[in-house]
Amino acid sequence: MQTLRRTPLYEEHLAAGARMVPFAGWEMPVQYEGVVAEHRAVRTDCGVFDVSHMGELEVEGPRAHELLQSLLSNDLDRIGDGEAQYTLLTNERGGIVDDLIVYRLDGFRFLLIVNASNTASDFEWLSEREIAGSDVRDISDGYALLAVQGPRTLARLELPTAAPFSFGEGEVDGVTCMINRTGYTGEVGVELLVEADDAPALWERVLERGAVPCGLGARDTLRLEVCFPLHGNDIGPETDPISAGLGWTCALEKDFTGADVIRRIRAEGPERRLVPFVMEERAVPRQGMAIVEGGEVTSGSHSPMLERGIGMGYVTSNLAQEGTSVTIDVRGRSRRARVVRKPIYRREDS
Amino acid sequence: MAATESYPDDVKYHPEHDWARVEGGEATLGITWYAQDALGELVHFEPPEEGATVTKDQSYGEVESVKAVSDVIAPLSGDVVAVNRAVVDAPETVNEDPYGDGWLIRIRLTNPQEVGDLLNAGAYRELLAGL
Repeated sequence: MQTLRRTPLYEEHLAAGARMVPFAGWEMPVQYEGVVAEHRAVRTDCGVFDVSHMGELEVEGPRAHELLQSLLSNDLDRIGDGEAQYTLLTNERGGIVDDLIVYRLDGFRFLLIVNASNTASDFEWLSEREIAGSDVRDISDGYALLAVQGPRTLARLELPTAAPFSFGEGEVDGVTCMINRTGYTGEVGVELLVEADDAPALWERVLERGAVPCGLGARDTLRLEVCFPLHGNDIGPETDPISAGLGWTCALEKDFTGADVIRRIRAEGPERRLVPFVMEERAVPRQGMAIVEGGEVTSGSHSPMLERGIGMGYVTSNLAQEGTSVTIDVRGRSRRARVVRKPIYRREDS
Repeated sequence: MAATESYPDDVKYHPEHDWARVEGGEATLGITWYAQDALGELVHFEPPEEGATVTKDQSYGEVESVKAVSDVIAPLSGDVVAVNRAVVDAPETVNEDPYGDGWLIRIRLTNPQEVGDLLNAGAYRELLAGL
């Protein structure tokens, strides 16, 4: 039995009334007041998540750019200093080792923020492929990461607006941190990368400014409503970016691991596609349930905004058309669902 | 708004965190405060059909929160005479009032002696204290 790791905010979570659960080897808050209330706080105002379990890998050196350009699917040349990019680490079969955000600190230094469950394997993947003039380091233990998300985030933290996927050094009420204009909720917000020792102070400041503490439960329903894939559920080493609808993250004019396979899948058209769906009958779809006409649910839950079951799953390509009626096998009961356009939830005024 | 913790004396308890309020030859069934708290806000209740038979200690339906699904265990055996449609439409009613408006089904008892197997509030509280 492996001991669960705790983030620098463990005591703060207990004080805030969190229910802690094991997640990817970490003891993390799944909820405080309740998933639905936290979800709505992020959609209407501002919530804060401890996502310190995520990994931070630094890649440095005169050939750091060359190394990453050969391993990551997106084109690193599309971003300059102070800009970030959603990208994929791919394998030789065109599968997705991880999805991550790469931050260009300068021309010779890049930060990768990666999924918690993949931090060790990503580090190993990159280290094994290191070239002279590039150095990969796992700096995860030194940092905490707070995601502050929701339409009132910038007002509450008194931060200026900035372009999505930009970042810079800054501070929140005297606590120095890296302020990233990124997130996993579909809302405006920031992700604050802070030295581990300063994390409790930053957490307190953010709460004092009215952010609602939110757990991984709400994080999952928020990302699902806007159809952000979850690695390990919707994407993985055996799924390719084209089938997953992530072709836009693949710069197929450059060479990177598995690019030839991904080019071929794009040219031939994938056999199956990841599609979002909404339940038309009362039921909550769950990961692993069969889509009777040909497919499988990879993520499913209840949408607090739509107040009905929603999900994503792979279906044979002939079923991927928006509006297609499909049947979910909910523990032996057939329940109707409809394939919809991404995102499943969109604010009415946007 | 979630209810505060309570285990009223006018219902009998099953160790699987279900309750029964016996009135004559019928009983109203639901889940306890502890059960709804463990699940979190309910978002779905999958009820049995009216007229269906439920058997003591066996599942007669499902309740689901955002994160989890749980079988609902029958504390007594009987035939379903009513399903609480208000809970089907608004499952969070169970969180708000687990022993009142949040009842799940009503049954006509087919084996009334089973009532003697159930726990009173004090014994159920003792069971919870040992968890």
